[in-house]
Amino acid sequence: MSTTVAVPVETNYLTEKQGILSWLLTTDHKRIGLLYFFSVTAFFFVGGFFAVLMRLHLLTPQGVIVGPETYNKLFTMHGIIMVWFFLIPSIPATLGNFLIPMMIGAKDLAFPKLNLASWYVFMLGGAVTLWALVRGGVDTGWTFYTPFSTTYSTTYVVGAALGIFISGFSSIMTGINFIATIHRMRAPGLTWFRLPIFIWSHYATSMIFVLATPVLAITLLMVCFERLFQVGIFDPALGGDPVLFQHMFWFYSHPAVYVMILPAMAVVSEIIPVFSRRPIFGYTAVAYSSVAIAVVGFLVWGHHLFVAGESVYSAMAFSFMSYLVAIPSAIKVFNWSATMVKGSISWDTPMLYAIGFLGLFTIGGMTGLFLAALGLDVHVTDTYFVVAHFHYIMVGGAVMAYLGGVHYWWPKISGKMYPEGLARLSALIVFLGFNLTFFPQFVLGFLGMPRRYAAYPDEFQFLHVLSTAGASILGVGYVLPLCYLIWAWKYGKEAGPNPWRATGLEWQTASPPPAQNFDTTPIVTRPAYDFEGMKEELHLG
Amino acid sequence: MSASSVAGEFNWLFWTLVVVCGTVATAIACVVIYSALRYHRKNENELPPPLPSNNIRLEAAWTIIPFFLFMGMFAWGAKLYFDIERPPDDALQVYVVAKQWMWKTQQLDGAREINQLHVPVGQPVKLLMTSQDVIHSFYVPAFRIKQDVLPGRYTSIWFQATKPGKYHLFCAEYCGTKHSGMIGWIYVMERQQYQHWLQEGAAEGSLASDGEKLFHQFGCANCHHFDGQGRCPNLQGLFHSTVHLAGGTTVLADEAYIRRKLFDPRATTVEGYDKDVMPDFSHQLTEEDVIQLIAYIRSLGPAPGSTIESSPGSTPSQYGNQPGIAYPGAPPILNRTPGMR
Repeated sequence: MSTTVAVPVETNYLTEKQGILSWLLTTDHKRIGLLYFFSVTAFFFVGGFFAVLMRLHLLTPQGVIVGPETYNKLFTMHGIIMVWFFLIPSIPATLGNFLIPMMIGAKDLAFPKLNLASWYVFMLGGAVTLWALVRGGVDTGWTFYTPFSTTYSTTYVVGAALGIFISGFSSIMTGINFIATIHRMRAPGLTWFRLPIFIWSHYATSMIFVLATPVLAITLLMVCFERLFQVGIFDPALGGDPVLFQHMFWFYSHPAVYVMILPAMAVVSEIIPVFSRRPIFGYTAVAYSSVAIAVVGFLVWGHHLFVAGESVYSAMAFSFMSYLVAIPSAIKVFNWSATMVKGSISWDTPMLYAIGFLGLFTIGGMTGLFLAALGLDVHVTDTYFVVAHFHYIMVGGAVMAYLGGVHYWWPKISGKMYPEGLARLSALIVFLGFNLTFFPQFVLGFLGMPRRYAAYPDEFQFLHVLSTAGASILGVGYVLPLCYLIWAWKYGKEAGPNPWRATGLEWQTASPPPAQNFDTTPIVTRPAYDFEGMKEELHLG
Repeated sequence: MSASSVAGEFNWLFWTLVVVCGTVATAIACVVIYSALRYHRKNENELPPPLPSNNIRLEAAWTIIPFFLFMGMFAWGAKLYFDIERPPDDALQVYVVAKQWMWKTQQLDGAREINQLHVPVGQPVKLLMTSQDVIHSFYVPAFRIKQDVLPGRYTSIWFQATKPGKYHLFCAEYCGTKHSGMIGWIYVMERQQYQHWLQEGAAEGSLASDGEKLFHQFGCANCHHFDGQGRCPNLQGLFHSTVHLAGGTTVLADEAYIRRKLFDPRATTVEGYDKDVMPDFSHQLTEEDVIQLIAYIRSLGPAPGSTIESSPGSTPSQYGNQPGIAYPGAPPILNRTPGMR
């Protein structure tokens, strides 16, 4: 991709400065990426712990461990932490932060101090939410539906909502930073259509961050105002409209689903070409489909309201738009599959995760078609069918891609290789455990098991037991990488600048990279994924 | 289990989508798995021979074909939705009030029920629902129907059960601590059994007769005379008639309109009447009271001049000109759950 070749460097971004303050006051996008990486990993295991308790509780129809009040708090805190403190920042704020400047040949993001500020704001929001949790938790569900959240719940709604409100600013800061960086700081010769797909997807993600997050902020503030001062906005007893809340909430939260999946698509779009040694098939379509998802994704929020009292005609409009937004996703799946045809396919861990993503995202996306069909949605909405559907997208899709990305760029981030055999094994465990956890939930939903139930009729027990068994396997699959990646950080074998023989600019510099990323600014003369053009440099063929 | 008139078509659409999506997913899986096995990297330095990295016709095909498939799903799904949302005219009317954490169901005749509902097989049943507190959702999986039940307004759904039996009723919208306990049963009965059940419940009196008691208890009869001479409109024949409002607009006098006149009387004024006469009952009536009053007003229909049907024991005209004090003996009915105010 570039004509520059890395020269050995004395220090890298990890060793250049030492001490805790050099981390807490850093403006280096790579170090900030790592700060985010540690934070979201911690949040992931907190949220995962709640999931484990829920799955154990649901082993028997009457519930094993906790009472309904605690169960309601468990699923609420699981949702809040996983959505806002893991999934939304996961790929953009860790891998995006680390890689975007390197992929475009820049020294840093456009606003390095804003980038550091975004992490502090994120941590403040997280701290406020955790404080609400420690004080006694929240029981509204992560969706905060009114008037339950504003009038009836007796838990720490305001604390949790304020934590999310604060962390939203960190999303906006990250979005602004990425947009400015991608527009202004590309290396000479790096035109829009030479950009890696990773950049296109993150650009689309950033647009959603900037446009949708303010709506969530306003909505949550309104919830707080109604709850604290009885300002009648959502509660009909005060003259408000409870469905208005749902419109405002989903106007943010549906695009937020694309904030979770677009960066996952970004990662997969990098992994598949490198591990197939073939340029991504239909680059232009894949690039534009990211933008199309971001734009059309703003017009589908009403599909969460098909049984909420929406008129049949607005339901039809939202159903139609929901089918439209499925088309760019379908295009991506076809293009990724076509990229593999007649390639040179490696079975390294990142590729296993990418293939796993492809399968699970396809199932998640296709069950979305069921939910977009108005007459089907009436039955399966608010049941475990929906739970299974969005976990296939967010866990099967986003988390698989995140793990794939972490493994793919781990040599670049740490300079070390992870143990390949163990990594492949845990990728397999994650895939099997995931399917055993969530596939039975599709069946549960079809049979009519409503979601958010602390107890359930006996006939659903068998499928719940299967799901819990799967969750315990899945848990092992998540703990294993945590252990061996920490091990590899210290004991892994040296990776070298480009262990995968990839074409991206980030692989043209040392691993770990120097603080300034590149010794000289790269000049780009080739399209992305040009293995044929780079075969001399990469010693291929 | 499926036991309603729409369940058959639901199952057809669902399994058609399973087959269509399953076929496409299998095809994708075959391409990916075949490629991963067949083109597995043989040696470290392997570079596959160059191939075109796009193909406009192929890409157009896999954009346009899904589009038409999706439009088919959209149209069929929308058609089924219309069937689920639009009740037939001859439906049996049932009123549902949801509250944390129970379902109260009431038919025009028959017993008041909690967490259960008895209906005849083969008869369309229309539910008019509201909530006393938070949002709930009326969900009967076997009938493939679900509708959120909102505070402050009426929503409706209908079904026609096709098999006698006992079917689960779930609350499907999270509504607080005992959400998972807000479960009931729908009993679908043969016609004769249902008639028998109705008669057993008749001792309690009809919904309209309860409404009539409230009508007098709250002093409604003081102004709403049946001879048209009162300070307020004659309510005979009101139900489902067209009301002319001040300002020249018209409105259909359905349940939502009557509820609104009780809870927010200043919102609309009937042409030719004083706007400040009707008191606001929002702090005195429960949603169940409102439904009883609606049933009473409904029983006063058809249009004035024709025979008046009423509950046994009294005729409206008896009270027509009765003088009275506003709200004689009206108990303070406060229906709000004290919350985190």
